[in-house]
Amino acid sequence: MSALLHVENLRVSFPTRSGMVEAVRGVSFTLGRERLGIVGESGSGKSQTGRAILGLTPPHAHVTAGRLVFDGIDLLAASEKERRALRGKRIAMVLQDPKFSLNPVMRIGEQIMETLAAHGRGSGAEARRRTLAMLEAVQIRDPERVFNLYPHEVSGGMGQRAMIAMMLVAEPDMLIADEPTSALDVTVQLQVLSILDRLVAERGMGLIFVSHDLRLVSSFCDRVLVMYAGRVVEEIAADRLHQSQHPYTQGLLNCLPKLGQSHHPLPVLDRKPEWAA
Amino acid sequence: MTDALAIKGLAVVFDDFRAVDGVSFSVREGESFGLVGESGSGKSTVLRAVAGLAPIADGTISIGGETISHARSKSFYRRVQMVFQDPYGSLHPRHTIDRALAEPLAVHGIGDAERRILKALDEVGLGKGFRFRYPHQLSGGQRQRVAIARALILEPSILLLDEPTSALDASVQAEVLNLLEDIRRERGLTYVLVSHDLAVVTHMCERLLVMQHGRPVELLTSADLAARRIETAYTRELMVASQGFRREA
Repeated sequence: MSALLHVENLRVSFPTRSGMVEAVRGVSFTLGRERLGIVGESGSGKSQTGRAILGLTPPHAHVTAGRLVFDGIDLLAASEKERRALRGKRIAMVLQDPKFSLNPVMRIGEQIMETLAAHGRGSGAEARRRTLAMLEAVQIRDPERVFNLYPHEVSGGMGQRAMIAMMLVAEPDMLIADEPTSALDVTVQLQVLSILDRLVAERGMGLIFVSHDLRLVSSFCDRVLVMYAGRVVEEIAADRLHQSQHPYTQGLLNCLPKLGQSHHPLPVLDRKPEWAA
Repeated sequence: MTDALAIKGLAVVFDDFRAVDGVSFSVREGESFGLVGESGSGKSTVLRAVAGLAPIADGTISIGGETISHARSKSFYRRVQMVFQDPYGSLHPRHTIDRALAEPLAVHGIGDAERRILKALDEVGLGKGFRFRYPHQLSGGQRQRVAIARALILEPSILLLDEPTSALDASVQAEVLNLLEDIRRERGLTYVLVSHDLAVVTHMCERLLVMQHGRPVELLTSADLAARRIETAYTRELMVASQGFRREA
């Protein structure tokens, strides 16, 4: 399997009044055409890792890496213009909440067509046709109607499908999904995941799935990176998650209440300083 | 024994939309009762109707055998308190924790604020060092502890919990759920807990009501749910969904 993305010793730090705070501290991994999960709690650096790959780190932060290479392109050496050309066209990102990530004053169809126009992949009738086909591919039953709706007129699940349609219409090679289903109901969550799953498999995309939900990630991804305090503490095949070795991963799994098992009180995480070392 | 809370034929209507329709259940004293469903199922609206935050179109709500009138009295709020989902939104950003906790005491004319505030902070596992901080200086879990302390400071007998842990990380959720269980045991409180998470509800509650589109679907015990003694297709669907993603072969 040829790797699509190489990340080596990625560091993201933010200047604060009390000195530099490192949000990501030396993360390394490679991504092929597979589903990779990045799991961690708030503040573990999982989202900043995804954003750094895409080049969406705030300008005042410092990003360094031994290597940050996407399909032979050195992302750290690339100019802002080159990175902008990659974003949306070859690397796309789905964010958590469609309520905030869609433009509220633009019809859904137009937003998707805009992606195509921005990357010179068609406009006019051709773009419209591709947009409708994409809406259909994310299982929106009446694409013609949804095309003309504004984001506030659709449900969360529908909005997230539209978001996915917008991200996939330019046929990117890699998709970074940052908590793409956390704002959705469980049943809708699974529908959206199965759409994502099918598209990833059919188009041979690489997917980075960032989430705090260990159970969801382990049932969806091929491989999981567990992050704690800006570092990857464990990398494990998703179906072997229950055999994880690291006490943090085990702790995260154990502190969830489980149907049919009663643990009173629930085990809590006993955070060890050496995990962050 | 009278029920701590009894709801009969409750309906909540917003304009033409029936958010809650024909919901009845009762909660025994000291029991923990769960309401489960997806967004829009009306589960939170039921809780808000009890607390007087949603208009009741039909049905009755009684607390300890007394039917409550439309306008809630002060004594009602000494018996029934609510904890909201979002600890970022439910605390006043420019009030210190001390002020947030002192306010309910002042409203109800309860003296001895000093001792009660320290006791409430201690009870939720926050030391007195937190007393003069502002919400933005606290983590999500700490804020939810403050929200719980604020509800407890009036020494209510019924606590309405609206998704108290869904904004929190898994490890922090475990801590807050444990705290809620400890408090219930110590004080013999009655809980009504709303959540979309079946595992959380079965962990915390003895019985639960599954809701969909504002209507009750199934009333069952947590033991039944854990043993998969489920009557309706919808509950089964929720149950399957809660197990995570399954790739169709």
